[in-house]
Amino acid sequence: MKRKTLSYLLRVDPVRCDGFGHCAELAPELITLDEWGYPILSGETFARSHVELVQSARLAVRGCPRAALSLQSLSSSESN
Amino acid sequence: MTTKFRVLDGAHDTPADLAQHEAHFGPIRGLHLEPAELKASGLTGRGGAGVATALKVDFLRQQKRAVGYVVVNAMEGEPAAHKDRTLISKNPHLILDGAMVLANMLGADDVVVCVAREHTSAVATMKAAIAERGRRRLQGPAFELMTPPGRYVAGEESALVHWLDDGEALPQYRSTRPSVLRIGRRGVLVDNAETHANVALIARHGSDWFRSVGTSRQPGTLITTVSGHGRTTVVEVPYGTPIRDVLHAASVPFDPVAVLLGGYGGTWLAGHHLDRGCDNESLQGVGANIGAGVIVAVAPQGCGVAETARIVEYMARESARQCGPCAFGLPALAADLELLRRGHDGASALARLEERCGTIEGRGACRHPDGVIRLIRSALRTFADDVVRHAGGQPCPHAATSAVVRIPHRSHPETLEWA
Repeated sequence: MKRKTLSYLLRVDPVRCDGFGHCAELAPELITLDEWGYPILSGETFARSHVELVQSARLAVRGCPRAALSLQSLSSSESN
Repeated sequence: MTTKFRVLDGAHDTPADLAQHEAHFGPIRGLHLEPAELKASGLTGRGGAGVATALKVDFLRQQKRAVGYVVVNAMEGEPAAHKDRTLISKNPHLILDGAMVLANMLGADDVVVCVAREHTSAVATMKAAIAERGRRRLQGPAFELMTPPGRYVAGEESALVHWLDDGEALPQYRSTRPSVLRIGRRGVLVDNAETHANVALIARHGSDWFRSVGTSRQPGTLITTVSGHGRTTVVEVPYGTPIRDVLHAASVPFDPVAVLLGGYGGTWLAGHHLDRGCDNESLQGVGANIGAGVIVAVAPQGCGVAETARIVEYMARESARQCGPCAFGLPALAADLELLRRGHDGASALARLEERCGTIEGRGACRHPDGVIRLIRSALRTFADDVVRHAGGQPCPHAATSAVVRIPHRSHPETLEWA
């Protein structure tokens, strides 16, 4: 069955993350840093049509030196 | 009388050997349980999370790849708990029966029993019990005893399975839940030792018998560990027994101002709520949870702020330090609580505490930091009047000396072992 991606969710693997903080500069709309420099993700899903957000998220995923970020695509059946 | 012996039943001072075990509980040969009967029993996990055992079993049965291992989690890393060790010291074979039944249900070839290596007496008992079964050449899965290091988080299921698989007892990040834990490529079912013992009884007596005590959502009994009165008392009671009655059965000689429920990542319950039943449904309304059956009673001369500060300091030391929010956040929370305990600049410490709880929550790979935050929030609620006085620079008279909750001595963090 063909699954169509309608929205995305940004996730962080907290074990991998070492608090470099690049992500917060690359995707400030989605990520802020806590007082120790570790990312706090907004946790909101965003639509594929929201091109700027998707672009920022992709930059953050690619820019993480620890490869701790991932962009999860949610199909219509999963996103409710 | 509120006690109800089921899994702790039997008249032995020493662990029941195979002959005593079968004489008391009935034969092992032919023990069998259908998944539908397990579901009908309504058995919930006794390790703390309280997930329906049938739900975990069904989830694993739906996977394409078969389950290879059934793990008995008898790590008991919770310092205030003593129930798994008590169960092992009385009925080790009941635990092994349950693991065998679940292994047969899932088609698993191996049962791995995990006991923390520091719990030497439980290790020896389990070793003897497994050897005894080996000599009997019983049909069914092979049993193996493993002894991981007894860290607080080492008993967390992903940490335990990772230790079995790869040698390090560190919790693993799981992007989706529920997820299948694996050793090599084979799936693993992990259940608490007491859960396995209950499976053995359900296989023998059926689900109707099992449901004849306890509550509808949490049928059966729960082994509680009661402390705070200078002793540690282990009592088996039906779920739903009022906490006051559990304290009475454990001979707690005072009226507590509050009790710590569930464990060190659990919740405080004020003294005026002690008529609530010891099951999650009864406790839900007051934001508490019975967890793994830990109950620590705090006498009127104790200080809840000081007790919470001591627990959080311990929990911060026990962090695996894998995730930033836990590695840095928990020591920060402990420092705020220490300031609040002493009443030094308590108001700003309290404000920071509340804010930090909000930012740290949900950001670890495991639930260790979330448990600490749950404990702190419940302390601020339960001891609200004391907290106000501490924040105002006037701590409780006993804040400096209150030492009800037992804090294990540990070596310096850098020298802690994970392998």
